[in-house]
Amino acid sequence: MEALDTLILSRIQFAANISFHILFPTITIALGWVLLFFRVRFSQTGDDKWMNAYRFWVKIFALSFAMGVVSGITMSFQFGTNWPGFMETVGNIAGPLLAYEVLTAFFLEAVFIGIMLFGFSRVPGWVHMLATGLVAFGTTMSAFWIIVLNSWMHTPQGFEMRDGVAFATDWWAIIFNPSMPYRFAHMMIASFLTVAFLVAGVSAFRWLIGDRSREVRAMLKTGITLGAVLIPVQIFVGDSHGLNTLEYQPAKVAAMEANWETQPSVPLVLFAIPDEEARENHYEVAIPNVASLILTHKLDGVVPGLNDFMAEDGTPLHPPVAPVFFSFRVMVGTGMAMLALSWVSLWFMYRRHHRHEGQTTGHWLAVEGLPKPFLWAMVPMAFSGWVATLAGWYTTEIGRQPWLVQGVMTTEMAVADVPAPLVLGTLITYLAIYAGLLVAYIGVIVYLATKAARGDGPGTTAPDPALAPAE
Amino acid sequence: MLPDFSNPADWLPWAFASLMGLSILIYVILDGFDLGVGILFPLATPGEKDLMIGSIGPFWDANETWLVLAVGLLLVAFPTAHGVILTALYLPVFVMLVGLILRGVAFEFRAKARDQYRNLWNGAFFAGSLITALAQGFMLGLYIMGLEQTAATYAFATLAAVFLAVGYSFIGAVWLIHKAEGQLQTKAIGWSRGGLWGVILGIGAISLSTPFVSNRIFDKWFGFPEMLYLLPLPVISAALIAWLFVMLRRMPFPQDRFSWLPFAVSTGLFALAYLGMAYSFYPYVVPDQLTIYDAASAPESLFIILVGACVVVPVIISYTILAYFIFRGKATELRYE
Ligand code: HDD
Ligand code: HEM
Ligand code: HEM
Repeated sequence: MEALDTLILSRIQFAANISFHILFPTITIALGWVLLFFRVRFSQTGDDKWMNAYRFWVKIFALSFAMGVVSGITMSFQFGTNWPGFMETVGNIAGPLLAYEVLTAFFLEAVFIGIMLFGFSRVPGWVHMLATGLVAFGTTMSAFWIIVLNSWMHTPQGFEMRDGVAFATDWWAIIFNPSMPYRFAHMMIASFLTVAFLVAGVSAFRWLIGDRSREVRAMLKTGITLGAVLIPVQIFVGDSHGLNTLEYQPAKVAAMEANWETQPSVPLVLFAIPDEEARENHYEVAIPNVASLILTHKLDGVVPGLNDFMAEDGTPLHPPVAPVFFSFRVMVGTGMAMLALSWVSLWFMYRRHHRHEGQTTGHWLAVEGLPKPFLWAMVPMAFSGWVATLAGWYTTEIGRQPWLVQGVMTTEMAVADVPAPLVLGTLITYLAIYAGLLVAYIGVIVYLATKAARGDGPGTTAPDPALAPAE
Repeated sequence: MLPDFSNPADWLPWAFASLMGLSILIYVILDGFDLGVGILFPLATPGEKDLMIGSIGPFWDANETWLVLAVGLLLVAFPTAHGVILTALYLPVFVMLVGLILRGVAFEFRAKARDQYRNLWNGAFFAGSLITALAQGFMLGLYIMGLEQTAATYAFATLAAVFLAVGYSFIGAVWLIHKAEGQLQTKAIGWSRGGLWGVILGIGAISLSTPFVSNRIFDKWFGFPEMLYLLPLPVISAALIAWLFVMLRRMPFPQDRFSWLPFAVSTGLFALAYLGMAYSFYPYVVPDQLTIYDAASAPESLFIILVGACVVVPVIISYTILAYFIFRGKATELRYE
């Protein structure tokens, strides 16, 4: 029992730490590139609004980066403190991937962030731009290496087992494992979407509290356009990712769809309460044949069912159904909300531009066109990227259970022999710290936005005289 | 001490032990000075605090990355030892992580949060730095004691914790001598004079006790002719201490000349002390339990990392030097403009 408690607590602790960590890289990966965009626009146009946008977001970038770094350091110790069996079994593969992450990504971003944040007046403009670019590149590289490792844990190949230890045989196959391209693309776009809605949401907030400066306009348009362009791509990539998962981890897909029997013409379950004891869904609401259509591109295609993944003695060999099922729906639902909000907003801004064609020459989109309720909807959506990203990771990771490395080792094999109360005590402390930091983080973003909107400090331009406020 | 270079199973673990040792040493000196500045924080006035932050702000993140590299190398090169050490040190590792979290985020929050929270974050910055230093010293102490957990080893570890914190604040103070001017510099000189005594006590206590904990270490130091080869180590250390002692009493020099010298000499001193310790433990990664050869990963995996490291580490070192060059000179308050 003791070992089991330690296992469960260690899982919760790991999940808590990685969930907290991923929030901040999700922002910094894409925000780095968005900052580079602001910086380049400033160099091209010499227009202050771009530099003000840069100055505003670079503060949030710095804060997110620090949060990402400290929680990331916690992650790198977690493997040793909680999952020693992981490195002992697959260390020959995980090790080099993690080492390359440190060598090619962490140092790059950690050194150049200093120049990016504080070097503006100490180095020539092009060096500053280069530093910004290198930091963005570094965050992308760290995402790449860690996703390679994570994808390998889902679809391992290019290795052989000798005496219970994995040895690499083909590094190319390890790095370009079957799910890596999908997962990397999906994660990168997730990060850009998170930033798109964060930028749009925070700018909408500034607009709503009366900030009509030109950078708020520019930021709103940048955020909404970026979101609107990327969300269809994300849906497409997500769908392809699902097809890939169907091929390599059918049990996960069966859990995502809450489909119990392997059969043709499977309906798409919109809502249900999956019951693992009774092995059926309660209160099911479903659209006939659509799951088959999505997963096999045929109305009567055969979709694998959970009952195929049962041991002789009746213990399930598939992941827990309900958490996978619900988190998948949260992700897709958030994606749909993003789709609706960004495209309708785009349409409103475009329509307004048409009505006032004479006034807005040179502007394709007019922020004035956005109705108030839409602006208000954008504010809570500022953190929708976090919700979708976490939900997506929960789908992926819980869907891999009981495996830690699919088909190679189970999670139970990796856990450390640490007394359960110790794990519980540290877990509670982590949770308390994370809760406090999250409140402080969001509080500071709101505070910085309010301060900028009030026009304190150097970071704002005067309202654009060509366009009168909408109210 | 040199391995057989024709046999990869022999020299690869050795190369990785050296690389890991090097990155721990770089970590101790670099993050040592910025943690030290954090420990000295409560002694400064609000204006001085901003300058102190300014003297480490552009560097701390990169400094900390050497710790990530060291743990990463331990993890990749010696996975079994990584598991043994980190599970044995579960609690102090956790305490250190809490410290690192607090101090890392406090950097950003103190500059961005509402004014009324500023003191709270200043406190977090100090507490985080101190907790980190104490936890690291505690781990060092337990490690020296072979990771055994008894009342006596805890007592020793507690002593090591205090000495490491003093050591960090000393190197932090000499860093400030270089980066600060006027009032703050004068204060820093005072702090380093006091800190030097702690360093003398600490290095002395640890060097004297280590050989008596382990017969193996005793034989390594006091055998013949090893003793002769090793003699320069304590002699040079003593000379460096004497030099620091004299220099710190005369500082600041006219026109602020040689303000970098105490930091350089202290770095040398720390490196020597570290070298002595590394010599005591080699070839063990877990003292008296696991040698680097028992614990090493497969040579194929080590080789692929080594190739990368040989290409990338020089690049990392050169752009690190570039960053220190860009932010050379006296510290100013940090601004994003
Ligand atoms: C802004 C974030 C976001 C949005 C809007 C979506 N996703 Fe997603 N999704 C992620 C963020 C994400 C993620 C957090 O990045 C995951 C976890 C692991 C990964 O690579 O991506 C993920 C995983 C993930 C998986 C699991 C892959 C596996 O088996 O490992 C599938 C099948 C999808 N997604 C499919 C979709 C579909 C059909 C979407 C349509 C709306 C969608 N995602 C929107
Ligand atoms: C890409 C790097 C990642 C690696 C190497 C990784 C590795 C692991 C490991 C070792 C476990 C085993 C512990 C366990 O089963 O609880 C695990 C589980 C888990 N991970 Fe990940 N993970 C990664 C990313 C993420 C992210 C970004 C999230 C969420 C935001 C996440 C969420 C989870 C959850 C919820 C579990 C628990 C599953 C369960 O126990 O039911 N992971 N992961
Ligand atoms: C178990 C898994 C993970 C470990 C051990 C880990 C470790 C770390 C560490 C040590 C840092 C700090 C680096 C520094 O000092 O600058 C960091 C930062 C970072 N991590 Fe993770 N990480 C994990 C999961 C992830 C995942 C799933 C992603 C994204 C897909 C990610 C992306 C990043 C990025 C972009 C940074 C840069 C710093 C930042 O933006 O906050 N990491 N990680």
